[in-house]
Amino acid sequence: MANLLELKNVSKVYSRGLINTKATIALQDISLTLRENEPTILTVAGESGSGKTTLAMLLLGFTTPTTGQIIYRGKNITTLHGKQRMAFRREVQAVFQDPFAVFNPFYTVDHLLTVPIRRFKLAKSRADARNRMDEALTAVGLRPEDVLGRFPHQLSGGQRQRINVARALLLKPRLLIADEPVSMVDASLRANILETLRNLQRDHGVSIIYITHDLTTAYHISKSIIVLYRGAVMEAGDIDTVIKSPRHPYTQLLVDSIPWPNLEKRWGVQPIKARDSGASTEGCRFRSRCPMAMEICKTPPPLFRIDAHHTASCYLYAEQPQVAPDHLSELLPA
Amino acid sequence: MMSEVLSDRPTTSRTSALSARPSGPEPVLRVQNLEVTYYTDAGRAKALDDVSFTLSAGEKLGMVGESGSGKSTLALAMMRMIKPPGRIEAGRVIVGDTDLTGLDDDAMRKARLSKIAYIPQGAMNSLNPVMRIGAQMVDAVKSHMNGESRSSIGDRCAHALKSVDLDASVFRMYAHELSGGMKQRVCIAIGILLNPQVIIADEPTSALDVVTQRQVMETIDRVQKEINAAVILIGHDMGLMAQFVDKVAVMYAGRLVEVSTVREMFTDPKHPYARALISSLPNLDNKGVFQGIPGLAPSLLRLPTGCAFHPRCTHAMDICGTTRPEVRMLASGRVVTCHLFNEEA
Ligand SMILES: Nc1ncnc2c1ncn2[C@@H]1O[C@H](COP(=O)(O)OP(=O)(O)OP(=O)(O)O)[C@@H](O)[C@H]1O
Ligand SMILES: Nc1ncnc2c1ncn2[C@@H]1O[C@H](COP(=O)(O)OP(=O)(O)OP(=O)(O)O)[C@@H](O)[C@H]1O
Ligand SMILES: [Mg+2]
Ligand SMILES: [Mg+2]
Repeated sequence: MANLLELKNVSKVYSRGLINTKATIALQDISLTLRENEPTILTVAGESGSGKTTLAMLLLGFTTPTTGQIIYRGKNITTLHGKQRMAFRREVQAVFQDPFAVFNPFYTVDHLLTVPIRRFKLAKSRADARNRMDEALTAVGLRPEDVLGRFPHQLSGGQRQRINVARALLLKPRLLIADEPVSMVDASLRANILETLRNLQRDHGVSIIYITHDLTTAYHISKSIIVLYRGAVMEAGDIDTVIKSPRHPYTQLLVDSIPWPNLEKRWGVQPIKARDSGASTEGCRFRSRCPMAMEICKTPPPLFRIDAHHTASCYLYAEQPQVAPDHLSELLPA
Repeated sequence: MMSEVLSDRPTTSRTSALSARPSGPEPVLRVQNLEVTYYTDAGRAKALDDVSFTLSAGEKLGMVGESGSGKSTLALAMMRMIKPPGRIEAGRVIVGDTDLTGLDDDAMRKARLSKIAYIPQGAMNSLNPVMRIGAQMVDAVKSHMNGESRSSIGDRCAHALKSVDLDASVFRMYAHELSGGMKQRVCIAIGILLNPQVIIADEPTSALDVVTQRQVMETIDRVQKEINAAVILIGHDMGLMAQFVDKVAVMYAGRLVEVSTVREMFTDPKHPYARALISSLPNLDNKGVFQGIPGLAPSLLRLPTGCAFHPRCTHAMDICGTTRPEVRMLASGRVVTCHLFNEEA
């Protein structure tokens, strides 16, 4: 079966400062395979700064990996040219995280939507283009006659975010990388938009990488999940299993911190240990905050296979067989 | 300009009905009949229509509602920060015993931050990237208070950082050196520098992971207790609301359609939009079931006649298409804007 996009042992290191170089390992040795004919929805979750957006930027070819390769339809994305590059640009789309930052304030919504239509020659005529815009806007709960012609600053936060989603829908990609696409809309609209995304996957064969900190919505639309912490995979597998019985202490803290819309289920029983910015990157990255930390955690933990669709990078499961980092995808159900 | 508009508008009986709600102590915030219009090329959009509510010291109000329903506009109007083509057409905002709507521009500038503070939507991205955090804090104090000594400003900033659980070293850092949660806490620290009586936080945690969210909310909670402020939390996350606020206000198309205690809202929402909102909340028992509210939010330029929600409402009656429902207080003290409750009021 053909692979659409593969990450092979990808790491990304940012260094800052010229003299006293301080390196941030934003992503460490991640391998991931997205198959052409197995559309899936994969959630990437993890706290702020864990490398989620970095992963998205790498997949989109907006930043280059420090080590490792990103392969699109059998070709390294850095070597794509002409038609192939154009195809990649169209087939892999993104909804960017910050709706306040992505729009050029001088362009109207029409402009933002017609540019990709023209660039990828999506419409046969002007009327066809307008129809497509209307369809995409309606799918995210916006009235075309209300938002077309407006400038970004004339829209509310959630409206801007939805323009972003509409733009991605318009392009009918094969892979959609959605970085917090619904963080600024209400529960009801969130349900509508997520349903649109799910149908995209189910009926139109689009794979979706859903980047979020919202584990409840992730649970509802995805098949599998990868939990990152400071650039490393902590836990991964079938989303039902990971969310209902998390094994890694970090995932346990995350699940415990979900604010439930339920008055009887109080928020956060576990106290939060402050994140220690100077903590060493040696060994398990969660070590300094982990209530279960042991001596052995000073050496980097490999992934341990908990069952067919569940793995955790934690010595608490050291009895279990190990999983090589580049076999991670095999534990993610499609 | 505004005070002229306001002075000839009589206080309606509705307002007094609302402020009569037996909510214990004297309210620290009274918003009365606030109305905002955006004059766009396509026409007039009434983004805020006759909004009134009160809040006591130490109380936390959650402001929820569909995207575009006017929540940020309400916050901006309370701060008198609506910019053209928007205009405050009517209404009063009273903090303690100061009527903000009556202040001249200079007095209003001072009132911001010292009486009422606003942490805007997307605030953490608005920190100046080339200025140290400390310099931005000092600027904020200086522009609102004349003649405070340098050392006392320094103490104030240090105290604010400490209240949001940030290390004093953050004072000398730049925004890009901080994580999202830390930046958000800096914004809160700036908001509380001058111990305001009212703090409005517009989606303070929507960009943060749940662990950091919990830290930020715990921070706001602690700070609020420390200075006994009233807090308005604007947001979409009903989970956060359930965990954090005392009262919930629901907006729809520029109007407040329900104000209830958090318990009432989650166990027995009254307004059909509030009911639909509550039942659209996800849980872990119904995987893959999406219960959005069908239909689109109305255009503010062409609001439906009668109740703006009637085209989407499953309980709509004839009257809903013709007559605009009044804001009513039910016997229980809850406020609902819906014809279904005409008898109960
Ligand atoms: N251009 C850059 N230069 C230097 N460091 C960077 C750069 N971009 C990201 N980083 C660092 O890499 C790490 C991962 O950042 P990333 O933006 O991928 O996190 P994230 O998981 O998307 O966080 P959030 O939930 O806050 O969006 C962070 O420590 C961040 O500070
Ligand atoms: N400068 C402006 N010019 C014209 N219309 C505007 C302007 N600013 C806001 N609006 C409109 O006013 C309405 C209310 O916007 P507001 O930002 O208050 O919504 P909100 O409830 O905060 O939404 P969100 O939850 O998406 O942030 C929206 O329909 C918006 O499009
Ligand atoms: Mg990010
Ligand atoms: Mg808003």
